[in-house]
Amino acid sequence: MVVFIQQFINGLAIGMAYSLIAVGFSLVFGILRLVNFAHGAVYAFGAQFALVIFVGMQISIALAILLAMVAAGLLGVIIDKTALEPLRKKKSMPIANLITTIGISHILVNLMTIYFGSQTRGFPALFSFGMIEVAGVRVDSNQLMLCLVALILMGVLTIVVQKSKIGLAIRATEQNTKAASLMGINVNFVISFVFFLAGASAAIAGGLIASHYRIVFPAMGFDAGLKAFSAAVLGGIGSLPGSIIGGLIVGVSESMAANFLGSAYRDSVAFVILILVLIIRPTGLFGKKAIMKV
Amino acid sequence: MRKDFIYIVENFLSRYKLIAWAVVCAGMLAVPLFGFSPFIMRMFIMIGIFAILALGLNLLTGYCGQVSLGHAGFFAIGAYTYALMKINLDAPFLLAMVVAMVISAGCGFLLGLPTLRLSGNYLTIVTLGFGEIVRMVIINWRSLTRGPLGIGGIPAPELFGTTFTLTNHGFYYAMLVMLALTGLTCYAIVNSRTGRAFKAIKQDPIAATMMGIRTTRFKVLAFVLSALIAGAAGAFYAPIIGFIDHNTFNFDISVLILTIVIVGGMGTMRGMFLGAIIIIAFPEVARFLMTYRFVVYGLLLIVMMRFRPQGLLGWKSRLPYNIPKAAKKQLEAGA
Repeated sequence: MVVFIQQFINGLAIGMAYSLIAVGFSLVFGILRLVNFAHGAVYAFGAQFALVIFVGMQISIALAILLAMVAAGLLGVIIDKTALEPLRKKKSMPIANLITTIGISHILVNLMTIYFGSQTRGFPALFSFGMIEVAGVRVDSNQLMLCLVALILMGVLTIVVQKSKIGLAIRATEQNTKAASLMGINVNFVISFVFFLAGASAAIAGGLIASHYRIVFPAMGFDAGLKAFSAAVLGGIGSLPGSIIGGLIVGVSESMAANFLGSAYRDSVAFVILILVLIIRPTGLFGKKAIMKV
Repeated sequence: MRKDFIYIVENFLSRYKLIAWAVVCAGMLAVPLFGFSPFIMRMFIMIGIFAILALGLNLLTGYCGQVSLGHAGFFAIGAYTYALMKINLDAPFLLAMVVAMVISAGCGFLLGLPTLRLSGNYLTIVTLGFGEIVRMVIINWRSLTRGPLGIGGIPAPELFGTTFTLTNHGFYYAMLVMLALTGLTCYAIVNSRTGRAFKAIKQDPIAATMMGIRTTRFKVLAFVLSALIAGAAGAFYAPIIGFIDHNTFNFDISVLILTIVIVGGMGTMRGMFLGAIIIIAFPEVARFLMTYRFVVYGLLLIVMMRFRPQGLLGWKSRLPYNIPKAAKKQLEAGA
């Protein structure tokens, strides 16, 4: 039982970080109907960049992650402006967008390998107040803070999307791009803003997860990206609370599988969940919009 | 009609069709006579294998409009089936290959079933998940696949008492035969009732349903055919590289196959050959770019999508439509 609770808590901590990545997928998919394969690379960029300026500028790791957040957000905007916006203007087919994001991900991962090195590098712990032990269940302070930071960020994101003016514009664009643009919403700005939010939250997730596992490497974005995407689909893509619940479920089931089935199953659980959800309930747990069926 | 370059070339080729084909066939048959190094021959064979894979994916993506990002999964199933049949059961080449194709096609059927409920982006995601799950099964089913250790020393295929190797050019000719068979099969399918149904589904699924096409059935069929071809390519690939493990068939391979289809021109068969040549030869030709070549590869994809999304050879043929003989007869009888 103690093991179970222990794994549950481990899963919750990592799941919160997944949900931060998942939000990025969810927001972008909601507006553009596009699976952004470059998102995992942006997440890896966030973690790498934080480490590089932490080492290079001798600042605290928390500040480094904040700077990385801005950088990754800007990277998201640059991706949108240089590669995706021209495609939107041309009204190209969905597959062109998909391939473009794969191309971007190739570029980012390989540039990171060239400039930051392909080896796995150590990442400092973000918080270290030691362990808290309750009835045999040990909670790392890092895990606790990971949960807390992720929760606060999700709260901020929810407020931005639900209460602010730009959030209203995001939701309007999500429902109907053309109508939103007729109402005077600058759709391209909204999309760029969404890419900024997605990049920033991915970078924070990158920093949190890297300080949890204490490692970074250029290709770290691929697995995390796919898991977060499963989380987004499970929760219902386009829904913020869905992303949190989805992320938590993926995180918990992953750490359960690693413990009870063997560590090799850790990475496959997310895909099994993904496929089951898509077959049984494609709209996800909180999804509102029906998928266009033929 | 405006007579531009493409029209002239097409017209020329269709007029001297037989001669063109004879030249191409003779050229391809004569390749080993030029005494290329084994490295170059190997690259030719790789181009052939990926052209086969692309032809298979083209049926699904180019003609039927279902994007698959999990083709490495079928490729892996074919390769593993062949390797295990050869090593554990010492099965003959053709049998191992047929079994590989059947198992791969069975998985294609299973993967095609979600098309009952899903379309577009969501289906693409399922195929992606499928590719990853195949990898996970390979890693975890240690008793069968030796898990992360991989399978080495895969015996070369043999037929009629001769063993195919790189040095006696057996691999090359076997690849040519397979490529020709795949090409002919795809040509036959595309120009049949099934192929027309595929194209109708790609253009407009609802309209296709209204015309009496059972869209789900044809989508599943496209998955099965595509998986079958990928399985055959896998069975042929395994002995050539000699060692396979779970990383041989990762997501990048799926993307590579899809890239070939898109760069060549979706929904054309000529494009698959050119696409395979460009994409497979690129990393070798671009060695001077060193570490930057995959950055350039990514840039290439983006630029391609922006300026020529239909692919290099993706134009619509402007030759007069060839009416099938049966239809022609009916028309003449009616007139």
